[in-house]
Order: sequence, then structure tokens, then C-alpha cells
Amino acid sequence: MVTVAMKRANPNSNEDSILDYLPQDRVKILPNTSGVRDAKEAIFVAQMAREALETNWLKLEIHPDPKYLMPDPVETLLATEELAKQGFTVLPYCHADPVLCKRLEDAGASAVMPLGSPIGTNHGLKSREFLKIIIEQSNVPVVVDAGIGAPSHASEALELGASAVLVNTALAVANDPPSMGTAFRKSVEAGRLAYLSGLGSTHQTAQPTSPLTAFLG
Amino acid sequence: MVNQLHFSDRLKDIPWAATSSSLENINRKDVETALQREGRGGVQDLVALLSPLAAEHYLEEMAQLSYRITRRRFGKTVRLFAPMYLSNECNNICDYCGFSMNNQIPRKTLTDAEILREAGMLKKNGFDHILLVTGESSRKVGLDYLAHALDLLRPHFANLSIEVQPLEQQAYDTLIEHGMHAVMVYQETYCPHSYARHHLKGKKTNFDWRLNTADRLGEAGVNKIGLGCLFGLTEEWRTDALFAGIHLDYLEKKYWKTSYSMSFPRMRPYEGENIVSVELQDRDLVQLICAFRIFNHELEITLSTRENQLFRENILPLGITTMSAGSKTNPGGYAEPEESLEQFSVSDERSPREICSMLKDKGFDPVWKDWDKAYDEPKIRNLLSPVEKECLTA
Repeated sequence: MVTVAMKRANPNSNEDSILDYLPQDRVKILPNTSGVRDAKEAIFVAQMAREALETNWLKLEIHPDPKYLMPDPVETLLATEELAKQGFTVLPYCHADPVLCKRLEDAGASAVMPLGSPIGTNHGLKSREFLKIIIEQSNVPVVVDAGIGAPSHASEALELGASAVLVNTALAVANDPPSMGTAFRKSVEAGRLAYLSGLGSTHQTAQPTSPLTAFLG
Repeated sequence: MVNQLHFSDRLKDIPWAATSSSLENINRKDVETALQREGRGGVQDLVALLSPLAAEHYLEEMAQLSYRITRRRFGKTVRLFAPMYLSNECNNICDYCGFSMNNQIPRKTLTDAEILREAGMLKKNGFDHILLVTGESSRKVGLDYLAHALDLLRPHFANLSIEVQPLEQQAYDTLIEHGMHAVMVYQETYCPHSYARHHLKGKKTNFDWRLNTADRLGEAGVNKIGLGCLFGLTEEWRTDALFAGIHLDYLEKKYWKTSYSMSFPRMRPYEGENIVSVELQDRDLVQLICAFRIFNHELEITLSTRENQLFRENILPLGITTMSAGSKTNPGGYAEPEESLEQFSVSDERSPREICSMLKDKGFDPVWKDWDKAYDEPKIRNLLSPVEKECLTA
């Protein structure tokens, strides 16, 4: 699945449309609202996206701050509520805030997309402790968005039980983006497999594999 | 509540001479710290990066860092835009500008038909982001004219910005409702003495009125504000640039929902006397661009067609995010090239197609469209849809 900012998409032009680069038989296009500053703008852009790309799916991002692109929790919740009512499959980008994620779920979000660290920073899962709570509590898929700078970060998110990751900068600025894409695919597979297999817990000291109380039977 | 003090109030506490000498008092440790923390030290780091010492010993390191930060934030992309000159009428006398009122040149303000003809030419060349430019004549190109021009052009382009005379906040509110995205308002120079020397007559002589334009724009909630100095007007160009940086820092903290762009025009010869008081060298301009990129990772940095082909290509990767191509700086110039006088002469005369293939050869993706009309819809009061009305009443 590839997310495309509606401001960049140009469905009417066959020259400058980012859509032309995406083989639509193989990837699902997920329009996003990047660039909007409040719920009202997001709703307009969502409607345009639905019309232009003929999909109900929407990655909702509302960041009024153009510097760090921090998601606005209040506007995101309002927009999620309205868009879900209008029949959209809403995937909101949000802070790694467990309560907000539950509120978004209640408002009709089809998944939640909490951030790992500020967008574009490649800093990995700085919000790890909160992501763990979100994953534990969520009834909808948790997609870790923003901050995933290396395949190991993606693997870590999947090991924690996240359903997916969303990655851009790490691929876009790699010297060889296709190979980096392959590296991410493998890391996601590894992380998911590890999660399903049941990871052992970590300890400060060595733990005997033959416990002392085994004789109790 | 928005703090009612404006930048002119702030500027009173920042004396020019002391600011100038701060650039001379930089030591190696200051520059190294700024580089090491990637400019996150704020204005303090900008002082270090703009210093003569940084130019002498750290230019290559600055360029490397600026390149890395730019790629990380903007990827391998360059946005393209074109200016559309609507009028060369002007009520100011400024000794460096081709549109100056005392220049005996044919004056022209585009009619509706002429505006649409220019739009057709630009559209054909692929442009979707347009900067509307006028001289400063509130009688010939006042609020009504500008709002009307936006209405005419809005159906045809994704993004419309303006570079016109400074306006009142209410006028900006109105233009935003007509689909205006951004406003470029260059202070030209932050040195009041030099400003007075070059701006001789007309409303532009009012330094503070111009200076506080960005505050009025911020209060109007505009999407983007473009800042800049015209390098060549003021001998102490490093100090001038530093003031632009202080201005940017002030605005960004106060109007945090607005994004900012900066341009670094160097004075070029035009039809008239040469009044350049300092000539900015290529390495000076490289230092400026790299210093601002490191200081502000998100800043949009625009490179104009004033610069020649070779220099544009070389400076491109160092921090530039936006460039114009195939520009005409006279009203009606795209449809009828030779009709009226240019504001300044264009040095890189390549067509948008040629610029595009140059970008691709260098591994950049040219970006023609990075906005959509749908984003502006809620602000366009008279075009409210039923959903929008429902939202407002909810």
C-alpha cells in the first residue's frame, strides 16, 4: 500500500502525476490529507480524494505546525468522527497517546497510526513504551507511522505486535531505494514472525533453563 | 491571545552595530558547535554560520551538512513555479528597481483577457504554482484588482501566491478568501539607514510599515510568508542576512501555523544607473544558503532566474527547494515577450522543459504541483458547500 498526498496527486495530468509511477494493479493507493491544518480542510480534501481516486480509504493527517508536522489530536478526532459517518475507512495519524487511540477507535477509525518519533527524523521508536500500551489495548490494527529510519526499527515495531509500519524518508533518501525497500520487507517479515513465535522476555542476569522448583512436578 | 507587539518593536532592542560586531566575535568553537548540533542552537548558531570565520574555514563542511539536511527533509525534489507580472505601475521611487516611478517606461496593467492569455502560456509550459507580481500602486492594482485576478486564475492553477505592495490585515483576510496561498514581502534591507538611502519616495519609504507586513500576514493566518533581503543594497550584507534570520525566528515562534520561505536575490544590472554598494560573490551566496538551511531545516529556499545557468546548477543541491524557470519579468511577457520593460534582467533563460530535463539529469524530481484547490475551499467563504456549512454549524 502506498500513501499519496492529495496536494501532490494530479489526476488530470499525465505528466506530473505521482500516480503514474505506481503500478496500480500491484499497489493499493491510500490518499492522505497532508497539508491540511484543521478538520474542515481535511474533510474537503477527503471528499476530493474519494472522488478523484475512487476509494473510501483515507490516511487522515492534520498537522497545523509546518515545522515538526505534529498531528493535532483535537482536530484529528473531530475529522475522524465526521469522516467515519460519511463512510470513509479512516486511518488517522496521531501521537502515541493510548487514550487518544481509544477515542479514535470509538469515533470510528479503522486503524490507528501512532508515531514512533517525529516525522522524517529516522529516530526509531522513541514512543516505544506508549506503543506497547496502544497495541495491548487496541481493537483495530496499529500501524506505526513516522520516525522509522531503519529496517531494525520496523522489525522492532512488528515484534511489539504492531500490524504494519509506514515508511517514507528512510527509503526516499537511501542511495538505492529499491534495495532498501527489500530490506524493509524482510525486516517486517522477521519482526512479525518473531511476534507470532512468542519472544522470550529479557533479563539482567542469566536464567537457568532448568528451574529450581521443577521437582515439585 | 496574539501578542500585539510587532517586529518593529522587537527591532528597537537590537542595535545594528552590536549585531554586526557579534559576527566578528565568533570563534572556531562557536562554528563547530553550530555544525555539530545541526543549527539547533537557534539565532546563536546562525551568527556563527554567517560569520566571516565560518566562510573562511568551514564552507565545505557547511555545504555538506546543508546538503544532507535538505535531502532528509525534502528528498530529491525541486518545486517549480513561475512569476506572472500583472502590472509595472508603481508609486514608489526606489533607486534600484526598473519599475521605479521616475523611470520613463511604458506602463501596463493586464486586462482580464491578457491575464488569461498569460495563464494559458504558463499552463502550457506545465506550471501549476504561480506567483502574481505587481509594482506598488494601490490605485491601479489595489485590493479589488488583486481579488479579481485571483478569481480569474483560481480555476486554472493549484496554487496562487502574490508579491505586491504591503496591505492591511483585512485586505489579506479578503485575499485568502479568494484563494491566495502565500505572500512574498521582502524587506530589501533591514538597515534603516540604507533603506532610507534607496527608497526615496512613496509608501515604501515607511520602513516599519513594510517590516510589520509579515506580522499582519501571520495574524491573517496566511499559509506561507516569503522573506528576504536584496543583496547589494547594504554593505554589511552578513548583518542584513542575520536580521532576516532574527525576523524569521520571531515569526516562526509567533505564527507557528505558517510556513516560511526565503529568497536570496543578488542585485543585477537593469536599465538605469548602477547603484550596487556591495557585490555579493558566489561563495558569499553559498554561505548564506547553507547557513539558513542549517539554521532552519524546514525553510523553503527559492532560487531565481536572476542567477546564471552554471551557478544555478551548482548551488541547486546545497539547500534549494524551489526555483522559477523560463521567467518573464514584464507584464504580458509570456504572450508578447518584448512589449514592456522588465523589472530586472533574467540570467538563466532556459525554458521550463530544459530546466526540467536538467533537474532529472541531476537526479532530482521536478515537482509542478504541491498543493490543491481543495485545501483552500473552506476559506473561500462564498463557495461553501452543504458539507462545509454543516461543519460550521455543527
